[in-house]
Amino acid sequence: MKLLPLTKLEAHQTGIIKEIQGGRGRVARLNALGLIPGKKITKVSAMMMRGPVVVRLDNTEIALGFGMANSIIVEVK
Amino acid sequence: MKTILLVGNPNVGKSVIFSRLTGIKVIASNYPGTTVGFTKGEMKLGDEKVLLIDVPGSYTLEPTCKAEEVACAMLKQGDLIINVVDATNLERHLYLTLQLLAQKKPMIVALNFWDETKHRGIKIDAQKLEEILQVPVVPTTAVSGEGLNTLLSRIKEARVPDKDPKASSELWQEVGAITAQVQTITHRHHTFWDRLNEATVHPIFGLFIGVGIMYLVFRLIRFISETLINFLLDPFFNHIYAPILLKLSSVLRPNSFFHNILIGQLFAGRIDFVQSMGVLTTGIYVEFGMVLPYLFSFYLLLSVLEDIGYLPRLAIQVDTLFHRIGLHGYSIIPMFLGMGCNVPGILATRILETRRERFIAATLISIGIPCAALQAMIIGLVGEKGGNYVAIVYLTLFLVWLCLGLILNLLVKGFSPDLVIEMPPYRLPRFNLLFKKLWIRIMGFLIEAAPIVLAGVFVVNLLYNFKIFDFVTELTAPVITKLFGLPKTAIVAILIGFLRKDVAVALLGPLNLSAKQLVVASTVLAIFFPCIATFTVLIKELGVKDTIKSTILMLATSLIVGSLLNLVL
Repeated sequence: MKLLPLTKLEAHQTGIIKEIQGGRGRVARLNALGLIPGKKITKVSAMMMRGPVVVRLDNTEIALGFGMANSIIVEVK
Repeated sequence: MKTILLVGNPNVGKSVIFSRLTGIKVIASNYPGTTVGFTKGEMKLGDEKVLLIDVPGSYTLEPTCKAEEVACAMLKQGDLIINVVDATNLERHLYLTLQLLAQKKPMIVALNFWDETKHRGIKIDAQKLEEILQVPVVPTTAVSGEGLNTLLSRIKEARVPDKDPKASSELWQEVGAITAQVQTITHRHHTFWDRLNEATVHPIFGLFIGVGIMYLVFRLIRFISETLINFLLDPFFNHIYAPILLKLSSVLRPNSFFHNILIGQLFAGRIDFVQSMGVLTTGIYVEFGMVLPYLFSFYLLLSVLEDIGYLPRLAIQVDTLFHRIGLHGYSIIPMFLGMGCNVPGILATRILETRRERFIAATLISIGIPCAALQAMIIGLVGEKGGNYVAIVYLTLFLVWLCLGLILNLLVKGFSPDLVIEMPPYRLPRFNLLFKKLWIRIMGFLIEAAPIVLAGVFVVNLLYNFKIFDFVTELTAPVITKLFGLPKTAIVAILIGFLRKDVAVALLGPLNLSAKQLVVASTVLAIFFPCIATFTVLIKELGVKDTIKSTILMLATSLIVGSLLNLVL
């Protein structure tokens, strides 16, 4: 078990969201999209040059800017 | 009159439902944030007339962007809420549903995309969900209209549930518990669309696919519009319309006042649709023979891309580039819409979160993004001198767009947030919805643009006839001739550009400009002042102060770029 920011995950790796760092606004925004601690999350891909990260959450796919993705801490095996 | 609100997350099909229930045609697409303002319409509910409002999509009742602010403000005015929920994504959507239930308004839930749940292996017990939520729950498939009659008939059962507002974390726990009770998911195999999705969000393949699609789209736009022109419109204008006008010409007599205004000049006894400059000759031809075919093919392909759901994938590919100019990748959507017409493009900047981004995006659209009408004229007129000249115009506009973006990113205070987009699933476009959308856009253009174009040509002819332009021409001659290397007569065209850009380019037609002069003139026209419709929307969206800033930038940029082009070419 280790904790990693979403940006450090490999493509197709799955983990559990542990924490969302950042201000109240950012947390609320991500929460509203279903990104909440305890949820299972799978990284689909990441664009080059610190580009956005695409994740899958239940049936939704969400693209997050690099900074946003970096603030999401995930627990992986 | 009772007011009913259609409320839900972005991209759940509210606009399609609205369109079906009221019969009012509105634009619906497959990406979050299509509706940025609200649309009202009347509908019959039994014997009662009620007002239905299509509220922009919102993920939460604590707004995070301007479109969501509009949504939250609307909520107070409603008497009843129809909450539209994506059945393929129940858990995510129930969060807003629970927030809405605490609003103490009668509510009914539409479980939309019901048809898609089946092949996605999702089973939802709607009855049970109804018991838990204490409000009616109706499965619907808006694109085919299934379930909408049931939805209407059950509106009278809408109730105020006995729920109190809760904190976000408690709400999510409740959502989780409800979903566990009503939903079962069975495993399904990967489909073609899943693989396509994987490829288009891949860092390397996705980029190639993106470039490939864009290239294909631009080739197709030209192919379709040129086919329409060569095989349909030009034959019509030359063989059917021109003889009629020639008859009219002999009745009016060349060089009479009315002849000058309606028909314009004849060249060796014939009408030249580009150069004659009459209201009925060039005026009609520019709109219907040159701009309309281009606009049609542009909007056809844009609508296909929108409905398949490709645009958000393109957004993530361009995100890194857009960050350099102070925006994030989703700004590609306003930019794209701006290529049809700057007005919807600037309105679509509402999907951006901060004022700073909206200012940068709106300014860049009005300076660097030529609308379809302008592009049609540039391709038509400049293209005659050779494709490389068209390329110079486009390359210049792109460089201006990029450089100005880089500068604005440094100068404008504040920061631009990261992109967060829900990716819509790929869907096969529905032809009836696609053509309805195409129809709305084309009619919108004809109703708004055509009268202005005809009036524009009329006014210009009138002013020419009374020699009023001579005065203005003398006044601005130094800039036009010395800096831009254009003949004095081109000033009329550039000034008319304020009215509409396509008329302006049309006015360049009869001037016999060299290729270089045409390039300079059309580039300056694109950058210089926005047309009056765009200007009005800029004031509405940015406020007077920022519009003035934006306008000064446009004037300065067009001066610099015009002179540079004149020097370099």
